[in-house]
Amino acid sequence: MIEVQNLSKNYGKIQAVDNVSFKVAKGEVVGFLGPNGAGKTTTMNILTGFLPATDGIAMIDGIDVSKEPIEVKKRIGYLPEHPPIYLDMTVKEYLTFVAQLNKLDKKDYINQIRDITDIVKISDVYERLCKNLSKGYRQRVGLASALIGNPEVLILDEPTIGLDPIQIIEIRKLIKELGKEHTVILSSHILPEVSAVCERVIIINKGKIVAEDTPEKLSSTLNAASKFMITAEGDAEHITNLIKTIDGLKDVSLRSSDGKIVNMIVESNQDIDIRRELFFKLARNNIPIIEMKLMHMTLEDIFLQVTTHEEGGIA
Amino acid sequence: MLAIYKRELKSYFYSPIAYVIIGLFFVFTSILFMLGNLYATSADMSGVIGTMGFLLIFFVPIITMRTIAEDRKNGTEVLLATSPVTLTSRVIGKFLAAFTVFLSITVLTMIYPLILSAYGKLSFGLLFGQYLGFILMGLAFIAVGIFASSLTENQIIAAVIGVVMLFIVWLLDAVSTSIGGFIGKVMQWISLMTRYQDFNYGDLKLSNVIYLISFAVIFIFLTIRIIDRKTMTQG
Repeated sequence: MIEVQNLSKNYGKIQAVDNVSFKVAKGEVVGFLGPNGAGKTTTMNILTGFLPATDGIAMIDGIDVSKEPIEVKKRIGYLPEHPPIYLDMTVKEYLTFVAQLNKLDKKDYINQIRDITDIVKISDVYERLCKNLSKGYRQRVGLASALIGNPEVLILDEPTIGLDPIQIIEIRKLIKELGKEHTVILSSHILPEVSAVCERVIIINKGKIVAEDTPEKLSSTLNAASKFMITAEGDAEHITNLIKTIDGLKDVSLRSSDGKIVNMIVESNQDIDIRRELFFKLARNNIPIIEMKLMHMTLEDIFLQVTTHEEGGIA
Repeated sequence: MLAIYKRELKSYFYSPIAYVIIGLFFVFTSILFMLGNLYATSADMSGVIGTMGFLLIFFVPIITMRTIAEDRKNGTEVLLATSPVTLTSRVIGKFLAAFTVFLSITVLTMIYPLILSAYGKLSFGLLFGQYLGFILMGLAFIAVGIFASSLTENQIIAAVIGVVMLFIVWLLDAVSTSIGGFIGKVMQWISLMTRYQDFNYGDLKLSNVIYLISFAVIFIFLTIRIIDRKTMTQG
């Protein structure tokens, strides 16, 4: 449904998006994750035809955005970071205007607007001026305008920003619901949000894709037994020295020791599982392992690991 | 285009801008009319209409200052730019809305010849030419004003740029006569004012009509180019 090939965007000397490629299948809900200024918004702006790319191709439904922008725009509902609302209009007037921009027939859009206002729960402010709405309501009006015309693809830039916790939960639920019928790309720098809503996560940092997978797989592959806790019986120094001889070890640190029972955190390099070797090594030396426990990385840890990787090491 | 036209026009009349502009213009021209026609007991409207043309230098940029700049400032440009509407129809929709405000001003000033016609015979042929000239010059000025609005996201700056540009166009005529020679001739040819005076003195030339319309078209085209370029380079 969405296909991006070698997309780049420069602002003068600044490279906002650097050779990015990804695909989103029909009906998928994909999250763009990245720190501020990672290139999420720029990528979205290119996909929606607001900005031209410096290089590369962006296609929606097989149509090149740069070649047939109008056709692409018909298929996309876009909610930018700041909802593009005309403050001097009422919600009703605004949504009607958006429907007319999308060239819908009057008899179609009247029903459609009614349905959408119910879905995003703005019926109670329908007749009010956008100027007088709170941030949360403005966000919802923006979302409503993205839904008008029933576009196949929804692109939502930080959809829950500025909302209160209850509203956030509501909007997430709504996006999940919408994901059943639409292809959705949403951006966020909030990890729980992405893992709660998205089937797949694309992590972007400094204009490049640094990781891409389902939230679960991202956790498991990146975990790869890289950090775990062991409790063993024996001399702390002896055990530490034994562990230090294992290949792929990154760090070992003593947590507690009461002379007999030692508790330590062992960290290996990514992608290397040293648990078996560790087990046999200690067993051969007659040191019983009482407990070995994987320390689960949350998406938060992964995110930090991936996005700070270039600086060398884990923050 | 129609949707944008309607929205723009509504927004002129939602805010006080349109009323203030129309009101002020009416006050100024009424004074001119009283002095130039009623007190002077003259049926010649060329003085009033000539000065009305001069007033447009200040009024048109105030009408047009928000057209493009406001959308850019409020972020609503994204909505328009990601809707299935071409850039050309966006600009023309806005242009027509500003032109409609201008026309409503023009219609109001037609009350003056109406008053005069109660007291004597007017040359409607001449009057038609004068108003045609006024409307065509408004058309050209609005295009310049919208062009100015596309250069910035600050409405006040847009208005100032518009006034300055129109003032230069106005001065071109006066400067051309003092420079003289070939350059003077060229400047006089470019000048809108020389052509406006032709209309005002009852000299209807097709070339003048075409020139003023082309002038508007060129500036609308430039506006489209500017918006296109701006989205290319800015974030």
